[in-house]
Amino acid sequence: MSHLLILIPLALGLGALGLAAFFWSLRSGQYDDLEGASVRILDEESEDAPSKD
Amino acid sequence: MSCCESSSELTDPVSSSQSIASRLDEERVRAASRHLEGTLYQTDFIVADMHCAACIGTIERGLQSMPQVSSVRANLTNRTVAVVWDAQLGSGLEITNFLKRLGFEANLHFPGEAASELVDDAGRTLLKALAVAGFAAANIMLLSVSVWSGADAETARLFHLISGLIAVPAVAYAGRPFFTSALKALSVRRLNMDVPISLAVLLALTMSVYESFTSGSEAYFDAAVTLLFFLLIGRYLDHLMRQRARGAVDRLVHLTSKGGVLVEDGKSPRYIDLAEISEGMRLRVNPGERLPVDGIVVSGSSDIDRALVTGESNTISCQPGDRLEAGVLNVTGAVDVTTTSDASNSFLAEISSMMDAAERGRGQYVGIADRMAQIYAPAVHILALLTFIGWMIYTGGDWHNSIYIAIAVLIITCPCALGLAVPVVHVIGAHQLMRRGIMMRDGTAFERLAEVSTIAFDKTGTLTMGEPQVVGSTGVNSENAGLVKSIAGHSSHPAARAIAAHLDDTPVVTLSGIKEVPGFGVEAWYQGKLVRLGRLGWVAEIAVASSADTQSSGVAFAMQDEPISNFVLEDRLRPGAKQTIRGLLANSLEVEIVSGDCSANVAATARDLGIEKRSCEMTPAEKIRHIQNLQQSGAQVLMVGDGLNDAPALAAAHVSMAPASASDVGRFAADFVFTRPQLDAVLTARAIALKTGQLVRQNFALAILYNCIAVPLAIAGQITPLIAAIAMSTSSIVVIANSMRLNFYKDRFKQPPQKIDTELQADTISSTGHSPTERIAA
Repeated sequence: MSHLLILIPLALGLGALGLAAFFWSLRSGQYDDLEGASVRILDEESEDAPSKD
Repeated sequence: MSCCESSSELTDPVSSSQSIASRLDEERVRAASRHLEGTLYQTDFIVADMHCAACIGTIERGLQSMPQVSSVRANLTNRTVAVVWDAQLGSGLEITNFLKRLGFEANLHFPGEAASELVDDAGRTLLKALAVAGFAAANIMLLSVSVWSGADAETARLFHLISGLIAVPAVAYAGRPFFTSALKALSVRRLNMDVPISLAVLLALTMSVYESFTSGSEAYFDAAVTLLFFLLIGRYLDHLMRQRARGAVDRLVHLTSKGGVLVEDGKSPRYIDLAEISEGMRLRVNPGERLPVDGIVVSGSSDIDRALVTGESNTISCQPGDRLEAGVLNVTGAVDVTTTSDASNSFLAEISSMMDAAERGRGQYVGIADRMAQIYAPAVHILALLTFIGWMIYTGGDWHNSIYIAIAVLIITCPCALGLAVPVVHVIGAHQLMRRGIMMRDGTAFERLAEVSTIAFDKTGTLTMGEPQVVGSTGVNSENAGLVKSIAGHSSHPAARAIAAHLDDTPVVTLSGIKEVPGFGVEAWYQGKLVRLGRLGWVAEIAVASSADTQSSGVAFAMQDEPISNFVLEDRLRPGAKQTIRGLLANSLEVEIVSGDCSANVAATARDLGIEKRSCEMTPAEKIRHIQNLQQSGAQVLMVGDGLNDAPALAAAHVSMAPASASDVGRFAADFVFTRPQLDAVLTARAIALKTGQLVRQNFALAILYNCIAVPLAIAGQITPLIAAIAMSTSSIVVIANSMRLNFYKDRFKQPPQKIDTELQADTISSTGHSPTERIAA
């Protein structure tokens, strides 16, 4: 019984962490251009490289 | 001749008002931009033909090299490019022009257009609700599994309490979209699918909380939350498709004239908004602009392209005294018009009121999902009620047990699979269409398209490209070809552009004294001789008299005292038109042409394509009446058209399609918009619509099959939370998996985008290969 007291909060905490990560990714615009992300990896002169400014 | 005087008189205003025009365009760019800080602006451009990594790279790196641009981000999903630029270092118009030079047609995205907002708040709310429901469902399921696998009573009770602690706030948060919709429906005394959903979720939750605190035997927390999770998936997909499809069409809004240039005595011409234009004003319409309201030409002369307005394929020349409708395109010379209407009673306004009237009829169409809901929702409630009454009688008044079983019935019948049956298929279908260059505006359009029995095509701009093309020439040789091309390059008249394109490989020569004479053509001086390209009679004035064949139409060219050369121009068929018509006829569909063009042109096109039924010289009102007559006689009509004159018919038809080159009004009225030049988009869309209809019906069958098995069990009181959880998840997954099969759908007409150009040329040759001789003979 006592290990449940640790395991359940742990499980819920990890789940909550995942939820928080999802909300963060949503807010930071990672879902704005799903198609673009998949083709950008094919671009050899990636603009994700450190920009000049 | 009077036209020549007026044209010389207008020479100055033209050049000055062209700078006005570019200033106006710059203002329009500003209006579409978001002011960030200082002189920084952010402008979103819509670049419809951005397809791949190379396009993104070209655009981003290209724009980055401009001095005023500080950051660029291309979004392939929305086909937009967000540019942050500094107004001190350059203009926004340069960005549009630069994109054009890179080979991308760029349109402005106006932030004010609510429907096409890029930041989609409703979608985000749904996505957040989905995330919360998913989190809750996963955790509660984990706890439930331990209970089902035989936890002792104390542990089970603890787990139920924890589940309750997660489920209650999760349902309160994630269930809002359903609860608000259900309340809205109930407040107008109607039932929708959300009523049984809300009822089942809330009852299951209440009962489970009660159970956890009292006996602690069985709890439906997992069922309630999983239900919400699956339904939210369906809801989100539904929203995604609607949002994306609508946005995609709205974002094609072109830089059309939303106002006009007012000319007043003693003042310099200034741009006024459409709303400020009133009757009796003098407006200047420059070449390349559309007339904002109806008017009468008072000075100047020009060639007028009425294709989008009336469906006429040839440009007509206009002189002072001619009446012009709102929306016509001025091609060659600047003209001044006196307005005869304001924005509220122009030809355009008349068209839009006709459209409103026509659209009301179609607004009554009820989608298959809603039709199911109308039957399903009351049936479920009655079933639960009967179960309750039945068990009350059977057990002799054991209300606790009876309610328990009735709630189990509600939970098990909850339209999880039904809620997913339609949206999943439609989302995948819309995605398949989009990959093939077709955008759709409304999910029910699939259902309506699948029912179509008659297809009515507009001619100009739909069956044909709406642009003339050289199909034959006489007297053109290697000596004068360069000259013709050079002179043609100085006019924006569609015929001149076609000739220039026809002589693509020819080197140009230097001309002097180039002058465009509206209504006649272009003239210039070359090596001390006058050369003219334009109407035959006008060209014949300078040519060797003997060669003048005044009967021939088309465009003539001659150098002073030399024989005339002729170009035969023809509006070419849209690529794939023949194949499409053949395909439609092979599917035993009725095909007809409904055109505003003159009967000779319509007959020629009909003959080329093998279409028997045709009507010509139709006004917009006649087109509506024709469509309505067809529909009253039992046909379901698909209208394919592009012009303003087609817009009311597009709205009146059962379902409608327009090419992306259509007028704004036409595009807004259509259910489907195809962005590729090939007409076979009609076949593709229909094939996919039939396929989606089939899958939706299969999904419903699966959902009903599930209910047939689960409902008797529920009524018999045999449902445990474990069975409910398994049954609901499996039915949803089966429905989703079945819908996914659409992803494997391959159609015969699929054409990868990079091939379009070569195919287009090949098709042009084959479609016009033998028709010009036929046409000349006729």
